[in-house]
Order: sequence, then C-alpha cells, then structure tokens
Amino acid sequence: MELSREEVRKIAELAKLDLTEDEVDLYAGQLSHVLGYFRKLQEIDTSAIAPTASVLPLKNVFRDDVPQPALTPKQVTANAPQSLGDQFLVNDVFED
Amino acid sequence: MTNLTELTLTQARALLKKREISATELAQETLDQIAAHDGAIGAYLTVTGERALADAAAADKAIAAGDDRPMLGIPLGIKDVLSTTGIETTCGSKILEGYKPVYTATSVKKLEDAGMVMLGKLNMDEFAMGSSTENSAYKRTTNPWNTGRVPGGSSGGSAAAVAAGMALGTLGTDTGGSIRQPGAFCGVVGLKPSYGRVSRYGLVAFGSSLDVAGPLTKTVADAAAILQVIAGHDPLDATSMDVPVPDYSAALTGDIRGLRVGVPKEYFIDGMQPDVERSTREAIAQLKALGAEIVEISLPHTEYALPVYYIIAPAEASANLARYDGIRFGKRIDTGDMWGTYKATRGQGFGSEVKRRIMLGTYALSAGYYDAYYGKAQQVRTLLKRDFDEAFQQVDVIAAPTTPKTAFPFGANTSDPLQMYLEDVFTLPASMAGVPGMSVPCGFDQDGLPIGLQLIGPAFGEENVLRAGHAYEQATEWHRRVPVLG
Repeated sequence: MELSREEVRKIAELAKLDLTEDEVDLYAGQLSHVLGYFRKLQEIDTSAIAPTASVLPLKNVFRDDVPQPALTPKQVTANAPQSLGDQFLVNDVFED
Repeated sequence: MTNLTELTLTQARALLKKREISATELAQETLDQIAAHDGAIGAYLTVTGERALADAAAADKAIAAGDDRPMLGIPLGIKDVLSTTGIETTCGSKILEGYKPVYTATSVKKLEDAGMVMLGKLNMDEFAMGSSTENSAYKRTTNPWNTGRVPGGSSGGSAAAVAAGMALGTLGTDTGGSIRQPGAFCGVVGLKPSYGRVSRYGLVAFGSSLDVAGPLTKTVADAAAILQVIAGHDPLDATSMDVPVPDYSAALTGDIRGLRVGVPKEYFIDGMQPDVERSTREAIAQLKALGAEIVEISLPHTEYALPVYYIIAPAEASANLARYDGIRFGKRIDTGDMWGTYKATRGQGFGSEVKRRIMLGTYALSAGYYDAYYGKAQQVRTLLKRDFDEAFQQVDVIAAPTTPKTAFPFGANTSDPLQMYLEDVFTLPASMAGVPGMSVPCGFDQDGLPIGLQLIGPAFGEENVLRAGHAYEQATEWHRRVPVLG
C-alpha cells in the first residue's frame, strides 16, 4: 500500500489540517507502512460476519423529555478564543 | 508512622477514620512529596495545592462530625483528559491550552461527592494517543523506577504519580491499554473497567466505543474502592449501562479455590522479553498453588486486534476531534477566512501523532476505502468479541502478560509508529471486546523494571478480576516494593 503525496494532501484537506511539506513526506511514508500492515485483515473471510459498532446490548436509549438546568450563555462562551457578548465570533461563512 | 505517602488508600482510610492521622497532614505530606520529586518525575500538569488543603480541611471537619464517605480525606490525582470545573484541562494538547471546563466529568464528580482531596491533573499522551506519554505537548513524564525509561501511556502521569507516592490513587482512562500498560510499566495496579461500567460524561472523547475511566492504585483493594465509587449508570452517558453495581469488597476474600483461570496461548509470542514470560508463568503457577484451576485456552483472533484497533480508534477519533475548530474553545489561528482558520488552527494546534491518527481515521472512513478498512475492522471486531464470549464459557478469568516488554527508553519507538503500536498487542483485545482488564505487579526484569500480570474478566464481571488479583497480591510481595526516588 503506497500512499502518494497527492493522496496525503487530499486526506489532509478532508480532515482540515494544514500540513507542511515535511509532514506530507513523513506521513506518506508512515501511513503507507501502517496501511500495509492493515492488509493482514484481508486474510480473514468475514462475508458472513455482522459488524460490531458497539459491544453493548443497547439500541436506542430513550428518556423522558424533562426540562433541566442548562449552562448559561456566559458559561458556554467562557472558553471561546473570540466572542462578542454571549456569542461566538466566527469568520464569514458566505462569500460576497 | 514514618511517611504518610507510603500508605495505601485503604490503610489511609482506616487511619483517618480512627483519627490517628488528619486529612490535612496527609494532603500536606503528599503535596510535599510532589514538590520534592515531581521535578524529576513530571507526573503533574497542574497541582491544585490550595484546593487540596481546602478539601482536606473540609474532610477533617466532616470526619470529626462522624461523616463516613468512602473517599473522605483521600488525596487523588486526575488524568488531564477528565473535565474538571475551573481547573485547566488540556488533554496534553496545545490546542486546549488554557481551557477551563464549565462542568465536571461524572467519574470525578462522584469522587468529589465521596469526599476526595483533589491534588491536580496528570500528564498524558496528547488526547490519550500513545503508549509512552512522550506525545504530551507539555512535558516528559519519567518512570519512577528508572528515569531514563518511559512510564508507559497514555495515562503515564497517573501511573507515575502513584508509583512515586505523589497520590494515593489516580484516575486514568483506557482506550486500548492506556491504564493497564502504564500500570505495568510503573509497577502499580491499573484497572480498566468494562466498557459502559463507568460514565464517559466529561471524559474528552477519543474513541467513543472504547474509552473508559478507571483507577491506578497501589493495591487491588484500593482499585476496588475507587471502582465502587465511580461505577454505575449515568443518565448523561447513554452508553453507561443501567445494571446493578455489586459490592466489590465482597470479592476481596483471598480465596480462589476452584476459580477457573484461562491462559491464552496467543499471549506468549516470539519476541517477547524472556523475563516477562517467566514472571507471568510464575504468577500463573502461584494462582494454581492458591487452588485455581488452570485451563489452556485459545483466543484465535488475537493477532488481528492491532489492525482492528488502529482502524476503529483513529476513525472514531477523526470524527471526535473535528470539534477542535478554533471557535468554541481552545487555540485559534485566525487567517481571516473560515476554512483557512480551521486548517491553520488544527495544523498548528495538534501534535504529530494526533495528526497522524486523524489522517489514518479519515482515510479509513473515506469514499472507496470504507468497506476495505472500517467495515472490515468492525466485522473482525465481532470475531474478537466472540473469542472472549467463547473463552468465558470455559473459564472465570483470563491470565496473561500485560505487555510483551518492560518500560523502554525514551525515543526508542518515536520514529516508527507501527513499532510503538505493537507495545499494545496484549491490551487491545480486551478493549475491542469491552471486557474488564487489570494489571497487577508480578515481578521485575533483570534491569529492575516492573512487570505486570493482566487479568481479564467477562463483561461486567470485574469481581472475578478483583478476586484473582487480590488473592495473588496477598500471596506475593511485589506490590510492596517502592522505587527509590532521586
């Protein structure tokens, strides 16, 4: 499994990570190595095996909809790197 | 009493109750121990000294008034991945530098409600991704037994603090071995409860189908005492199971006659350190001498746990860590536009291993590769779980090594991620199956480094694990050895 630098850049774009050129080189090599090791799983025939997403015998967990105390807007925005009053400050989402 | 920091949690509790020692002197001695030795060990990211002394003063008052809560006056440390109101919680990452949660993790809240004295927050691999604590963005934690060796990870600070007498017990978290492996490396008890036994509310998410909080302590009885407090259903975590919590102290009888102990042949592999194999086999012989029935078993899919884990956990992490976008908390590198801000914040805020795992997980979930990687891994996870289901038809508990080798030198595995991942081969299967596992000290290698015996039980069967571990501990002296600090 060889991962090209182009593929590494594409994954980084999907994951929204700025990578330096050195990091692209590093990850191309390391991820190729690790993904190669993962090929081991193809040894097993799983055609009749159901997937496990959770080990617990739970399906939907319901509760009554009871009003409860919640965090205040001041608490919610307390850790925001940039805020205005009780609101998060973000960059423009829509372009002109 | 010579040194209060050498007490076990259970001993301290008894002395506090009889008022032979005060919570204040216990807290002060522990803080003094931290001041004297944490410069060399580096277990703590934050020491909450004032808070500890205030908690201790309140505990002394409560004890005088006849209060008997289970953690009253006991000084404990908390891994920095568990949210603590008003106390910086970084997860070992620069992206969360300065973050002070406005709520407290349920596991921590339960210890607070039980009267604990809060010592502070403990170092870890960034976002709990690592096996040596070398991935912390803040500092190096050393192994108290040999400061040239790693303490294990990701709960390296939690394990080192207990080994060095800088806490009577700590909370760690375990996703693929992060309590058990550092427990083994530092010569302390490390208990990963069943998935769903302890609430994940406030545990900053890494792999949501795997993460679980649990104790690191000096003895099995101490681990049982902490588990008793933190276990149980929590309406704030839909994956915490609503099943009764047994009285764990009832398992501490010392009697394991007739207990069926399975020994999986897949856990004794080529390349494992001979001292580790020898100590593990001696421990199993000790269990037999105590009256346990030893049964050779097979967990045939063991060798696939590593690729399964390193697909599923990074896949879950890549989704969970999408929340670090520079808007609601933590670091923000503002480039003036939305996408640029996301990418710069995440590119500069995350460390190398975290980015590597986000990349791995994103790839495994991406169009065209999902079935071959993530889907396949989930199917093999079914087989791993089935291995344990079948084994526990035959035996009550499984005994195996916790790690293939003892603590390695700093830098030994940093250039080769796959080699680092291989450190977890014996702890990953129990994580994938969601079953409880505990590492108990069972000897030392020729360099004087601790070795851990791993005991694995069926889901929600922590009693069997505690029963076997406690009986073993009563019959041996390993847990009484303490490192000589510089």
